[in-house]
Amino acid sequence: MSDPVLATADAAAESPSLVTGGAPPTGGPTGEKPRGLWGDAWRDLRRKTLFWIALSLIGIIVVIAAAPQLFTSVNPTIAGSADLSKSLEPPSADAWFGYDFQGNDVYARTIYGARASVIVGFLSVTFAALIGGLVGILAGFYGGWIDGLLSRIGDVFLGLPFVLGAIVILSSFAGAQSEASATWIITLVISTIVVLSWPLYARIMRSSVVSGKQADYVQAARALGASTGRIIFRHLLPNCLAPIVVIATLNVGAYIAAEAALSFLGIGLRSPVVSWGVMISDARNAIRTAPHAMLFPATFLTLTVLSFVMLGDVVREALDPKLR
Amino acid sequence: MTDVITSNTPAPEAAVPPSTRLLEVDKLHVEFRTRDGVAKVINGVSYHVDSGETLAVLGESGSGKSVTAQAIMGILDTPPGFVTGGEIRFHGRDMLKLTEEERRKIRGSGIAMVFQDALSSLNPVFTVGFQIGEVFRKRLGMSRKESYQKAGDLLDLVKIPNARQRVKAYPHEFSGGMRQRVMIAMSLALDPEVLIADEPTTALDVTVQAQIMDLLAELRRERNMGLILITHDLGVVADVADRIAVMYAGRIVEESDVFELYRKPCHPYTLGLLESIPRLDLKGQELNTIKGLPPNLMRIPSGCAFNPRCPMAQEICRTDIPPLLPINGGTRASACHFAEELASRD
Amino acid sequence: MTKNILEVRDLVRHYPIQQGIMYKRTIGHIKAVDGVSLDLVEGETLGVVGESGCGKSTLARVLMNLEKPTSGTVLYKGQDIFKLSRGDMRRLRRNIQLVMQDPYTSLNPRMTVGDIIGEPFEIHKEVAPKGSRRQKVEELLETVGLSPEHINRYPHQFSGGQRQRIGIARALALRPEVIICDEPVSALDVSIQAQVMNLLERLQDEFGLSYVFIAHDLSVVRHLADRVAVMYLGKIVEVGTEDEIYERPTHPYTQALLSAVPVPDPESRNTKAIIRLEGDVPSPANPPSGCRFRTRCWKAQEICAAKEPELVRREGSDHPSACHFAEKRTVVVSHEA
Repeated sequence: MSDPVLATADAAAESPSLVTGGAPPTGGPTGEKPRGLWGDAWRDLRRKTLFWIALSLIGIIVVIAAAPQLFTSVNPTIAGSADLSKSLEPPSADAWFGYDFQGNDVYARTIYGARASVIVGFLSVTFAALIGGLVGILAGFYGGWIDGLLSRIGDVFLGLPFVLGAIVILSSFAGAQSEASATWIITLVISTIVVLSWPLYARIMRSSVVSGKQADYVQAARALGASTGRIIFRHLLPNCLAPIVVIATLNVGAYIAAEAALSFLGIGLRSPVVSWGVMISDARNAIRTAPHAMLFPATFLTLTVLSFVMLGDVVREALDPKLR
Repeated sequence: MTDVITSNTPAPEAAVPPSTRLLEVDKLHVEFRTRDGVAKVINGVSYHVDSGETLAVLGESGSGKSVTAQAIMGILDTPPGFVTGGEIRFHGRDMLKLTEEERRKIRGSGIAMVFQDALSSLNPVFTVGFQIGEVFRKRLGMSRKESYQKAGDLLDLVKIPNARQRVKAYPHEFSGGMRQRVMIAMSLALDPEVLIADEPTTALDVTVQAQIMDLLAELRRERNMGLILITHDLGVVADVADRIAVMYAGRIVEESDVFELYRKPCHPYTLGLLESIPRLDLKGQELNTIKGLPPNLMRIPSGCAFNPRCPMAQEICRTDIPPLLPINGGTRASACHFAEELASRD
Repeated sequence: MTKNILEVRDLVRHYPIQQGIMYKRTIGHIKAVDGVSLDLVEGETLGVVGESGCGKSTLARVLMNLEKPTSGTVLYKGQDIFKLSRGDMRRLRRNIQLVMQDPYTSLNPRMTVGDIIGEPFEIHKEVAPKGSRRQKVEELLETVGLSPEHINRYPHQFSGGQRQRIGIARALALRPEVIICDEPVSALDVSIQAQVMNLLERLQDEFGLSYVFIAHDLSVVRHLADRVAVMYLGKIVEVGTEDEIYERPTHPYTQALLSAVPVPDPESRNTKAIIRLEGDVPSPANPPSGCRFRTRCWKAQEICAAKEPELVRREGSDHPSACHFAEKRTVVVSHEA
């Protein structure tokens, strides 16, 4: 009768070659330590300069948003900080970015404007991804009429042009002009973006789940008797996250720009909220005479969007299994 | 048949001058440079094939058998693959030293290749006749009508029923075996002297495999081509090959005519392989396995690459790479320090 | 007294072919498995061989109840597995497990090996109390010939053969009685196949397992199987002991199949019967009437198109064969190893 001795003899034959170089076909320097796929992606990311550049830029912007006091002593949100006599003055020693039409310090506003922009960007992406992801999982996993229903609903929203849809939503809700608090306005803008963009994430998640469902290891889990919840959260979700992460990263920048566009049109954020979009909007009549009022917020906006795009790009490369 | 001597001599130090050989690979070295390191995929491989004979290059995944073929055809992905040494001589001319233009002329009319997966080798949006005909249009300047005609002839040659009608069909309308026949037809379009078949039947059912192998053998006979058959299947090799070169970790470890190899393998790897495959015609077989795993090509063991898995390994095996030498001065060769011992056992 | 641990009766699995976007019309069926009856005796290995399109993979999925059959029954120790409650089915899964073909896709790439092998214990908590799980996983790793130290590694850090062992360990975790092996060695290198085959044999001896071994490689099946069933286009065309099928095949398809398998012995070029089939396998959506093999069979007569031959013992033969003209023929000249 065969016995455990055979097993250990086999194991002894196996392990030396595992350690000395049989095991990982990719032949990394450590055949020893466990390397998950996220860990591998991280190691890849760490090596790319673009990643660090993007991360630093984003880091700076986040710090600016979180603690604008560190960067300027002027607080443009306090009523009365504007000085009309300085209206549209060009950049000088005590106002690095000059003054805007109302006499606000452009530099200070740019710094304080970061907060709104960043909040809108991050929160929109987060909620859109959460809601869209959930819908996508349900549609992809259950298929059938559930899928049909959810997908058609998503299609409806996808069919709405963003700007038009935003105008409709925001103008119907923005009735109360002057009493609007900053929180309410921001929530409104975030909600608008989420409502109009969740189907994107739903689609991505759905297609990942549909193909993931067929994977052998999912069948194996079913063969073991795994419950639906376990299959979704333990097997499908971790393997379907990558595309969502990439798109979400790229879209943070896109939503910040979207907010700017909405504010420019006058339906997004407005006073008392300060954001780059608001600033650009305010400055549009003075482009020729006082370009500095628009130039600086626009530059910050562009840099921010760019850094998210760069980050999204390198993250996509790092997570791409085909490039391993 | 003439040239009986040349077709059986494995080692470069043959009695016949090399220029009479049809296709010869001489001490080829190929590296793959990746971001994780350099993999030495081919480490001094030499073999040859002449008209009218079938050379089987046998090896498992990672042995380098396919890469050698890609290097011969000049279709190696560069980067990451780089030829770092050796020559590949066709009718005596080193193809590695030719310009891309000259190499392209040889491809198809001198040396042609058939790949494993016909489905991914054929363009799904063009008809089969169009794809086969492309060769005639581009290389021989034929008209579209003529090229379709020729394509039909070729489909007939590879025994596709209703060849004339099937010319207008798309790849997905053929079954796996039929698609492979289409691939073979394409490769024969310019009447090549050497045909390289890289695992041509691995993806096919066994009954279809038998048909395709029969077809290849027949075509090879009719056209007196040299056939290089790349495979891992010891059964297929036994059926069709004249000579065999066994590869391991980018080197040839044994070269022999087919009957001798199976009767008495003279390399522990070949011996191990033969003992570990289940055979249709044996009852009550015990499978002796080769322990361990194929080597990591970025860290090939020093000395003989097979030594960690070899039941006969001694100290010398860990330090000295055994050269591929003739056994007892004969026509077989083996790259093992103990080849003579293996040869003399019964 | 040998017992049938699995009894399959008239198992049918058809896939509807549908057309249309909003309202789907069924215009036909792919008859993947079309009336299969088998028995698995306790402790034996039943080999199921066939080429692509014969339905053997579908058979595996239905036997595992990963898909419901269109009709037919599968009895495990007398219980119809398709009629069980959810709770009972879950418990049944402890007794029938699966080893899959592709070692590169059958393991969740984001779970450690320890988690993969330990998952059965998490799903069936009653089998192993929480504290003992890690130890059980380590034991399983050793049993399949892997080092327990690698319990925290990820699948991509292992070779194909090792991953297959992990899959086997996972199947073994709950100490099943039956393991359905769906082409377990087909995707492995030649020198590794033997290792895994030996492992499966050893495990069968050690744990008293019964295998349904599904494969297309007849040489592999001969080595492992006690009895063999040959499938073609969704039906079993011949079934018998390993000896009967390989030494005395009576169905033309079996004979052609055996003839086509290359034997690693150049001398057999002269001794093996050469039977070559014409044409392609017909589509399972549209199988030929009567005997499905008749379109490629050299013995086909009118009766073959009119009447489907039953899988019964025929005259002059010691095992069932589904051919009107079943005739014993030696295709492979075997000898003792």
